[in-house]
Amino acid sequence: MASIQLDKIGKSFGAVDTIHAIDLDIGDGEFVCLLGPSGCGKTTTLRMIAGLEQPTRGSIRIGGRDVTRAQPKDRNIGMVFQDYALYPHMTIADNIAYPLKVRGMAEAQRHEKARAIAEVLHIGQLLDRLPAQISGGQQQRTSLARALVHPADAFLFDEPLSNLDARMRVEARAFLCHLQRSRGMTAVYVTHDQAEAMALSTRIAVMCAGDIVQYAPPLEIYRRPATTFVAGFVGDPPMNLVAAQATRCDRGITLRGGGLEMSAFASWPALDRALDRGDRVTLGVRPEHLRIAADGAGGRLHGKLFANEAMGPESLVTLDLDGGVRVTARVFGDAPVLVEGDAAFAFDAARITLFDSAGNRIDDPV
Amino acid sequence: MNRRALISRIVFSVCAALLGVAFALPLIWFVFAPFNAHADLDLALPAPPTLANFARVFANGAAVGALLNSLLQAFGTVLLVATTATLAAYALARATLRGKRVIEYVLLLFSSVVSGSAAMVPIFLIVNALGLIDTQLAVILVFAGGLLPTAMFILRDFIASIPRGYEESALVAGASPWRAFVDVVVPVLRPGVTIAAVWAFVQVWGGFLIPFVLLRSEQRMPASVEIYSFYSQAGTPIVPLLAAYSVLYSLPVIALYWYVNRKYGFRFFGGIKS
Repeated sequence: MASIQLDKIGKSFGAVDTIHAIDLDIGDGEFVCLLGPSGCGKTTTLRMIAGLEQPTRGSIRIGGRDVTRAQPKDRNIGMVFQDYALYPHMTIADNIAYPLKVRGMAEAQRHEKARAIAEVLHIGQLLDRLPAQISGGQQQRTSLARALVHPADAFLFDEPLSNLDARMRVEARAFLCHLQRSRGMTAVYVTHDQAEAMALSTRIAVMCAGDIVQYAPPLEIYRRPATTFVAGFVGDPPMNLVAAQATRCDRGITLRGGGLEMSAFASWPALDRALDRGDRVTLGVRPEHLRIAADGAGGRLHGKLFANEAMGPESLVTLDLDGGVRVTARVFGDAPVLVEGDAAFAFDAARITLFDSAGNRIDDPV
Repeated sequence: MNRRALISRIVFSVCAALLGVAFALPLIWFVFAPFNAHADLDLALPAPPTLANFARVFANGAAVGALLNSLLQAFGTVLLVATTATLAAYALARATLRGKRVIEYVLLLFSSVVSGSAAMVPIFLIVNALGLIDTQLAVILVFAGGLLPTAMFILRDFIASIPRGYEESALVAGASPWRAFVDVVVPVLRPGVTIAAVWAFVQVWGGFLIPFVLLRSEQRMPASVEIYSFYSQAGTPIVPLLAAYSVLYSLPVIALYWYVNRKYGFRFFGGIKS
């Protein structure tokens, strides 16, 4: 295993700048997810690490070695593709053993290794089949086995679970999580599914329009999203965001917005500096920090009931606020939530995250 | 209304039947005439059926040699076309080359000129200047040059339909680009290469003008030219021998079609046109 460093990596296709200047430091044994919506440049970044795409500028190091101009074969990596890219004319055994074959290992020996890894992934009984004769989930595991069969310096995953159905995906995710814990592999994993990123990563790099917006451990990203973009992307349902106007008064700061009212709270230096630049802020609060109540010491959101979804272990209650914004509360437990017509959510002032007018998070009071 | 439908149906069936007969008659003749010692251009049941015509054809050394010459020219051309067209098509399909489109259209334009009769005089002059007149190599090179662009276009479409992920996964698995091409692209491309090869084979097998112009000695002529030795000095065909030789001449092509159809089926481009 090895570390990976991206130093001001950029990529332009013609005149279009898809990746601006990305810095990413991935430690030995770390599992880093590149998370973002489609078109944000996460797959291009991964392909540059793999050597399938040449960066326009910047440099890439794997294990301390500069591989910016190296061919893919000289980077010693294992990769799982979104469409698995299994060779249709080779058996599963030959597919898995291919990285060993190109390294000149004898047939008996490489088939032995292929069998061993196939057993671990529960596809040992399929070794004589062709890719077209096995299911999507089995193809996915074959592709994983092919990446793992050779001791690579790093593993790259390009949305490997996105072609699986929902149940298989959760199963495969748990398996990858287990694999990462037991092998301690350095991995870069591209996904647009925030749940996958949360479940698997040691750190997540959230990408937006060719830049990394935040690079932090999953819980840090969840608790302290750097921008409104990250807040609205991570979490299912994501963080509720309500535009508000801040007013200074004797007792501190009050926030007002469509359907939002909040008792005055004491300001802090970071907030003061942000308010000096403008009084428009965005209030963020996670669905699990909202409770159904008409009053409370912190803040309240008033609106009309839009949906009330009982999921089993929890219910999701959605209101259309008076200002037109839609907010969702997560109520834990399987008891039915009784709410009709006009309703309100309450939340504690300590649970909120504030973003300035540019959408950047305002530091919490220390 | 019903009556009119019936009449139009009858008229249609009669016309279709006449048309069918018109096409079937030469084929039926082709089945019977080779086995008829006294065959002429009329349709007649051989009485009795005989292999004497074939025996006389095989006794003619030049005729048999011509079939071997045809095989040599066809296989030589196919080998050259299949190899170079695969490599060129791969480059055209995958490389990001400036002016790729222009190259393609120029090639397409030239391919119809080079193999056409219009170019025969310059081709003759070039081959003559190279000192290759009356060599099999000249025939193979000229055929290959004419067939290469079209073979490239057929193969380029096949390659374009192969996901890039196949090669890319081979590259990250540790293969060099050439190794990825040989290990992954070539096997997946095999049906396409076969289609192009069969098409090229048929073109050479039936080609008359190029060997006729470029070759001098009779012992180098292919069957397509040699078949005229079964005409008398006065230009009338010696029908029994011509029929038998035609069967022998057709067999390799029929065998090839049968083999390809069994192995891959004619699912590409709605079949092979020659």
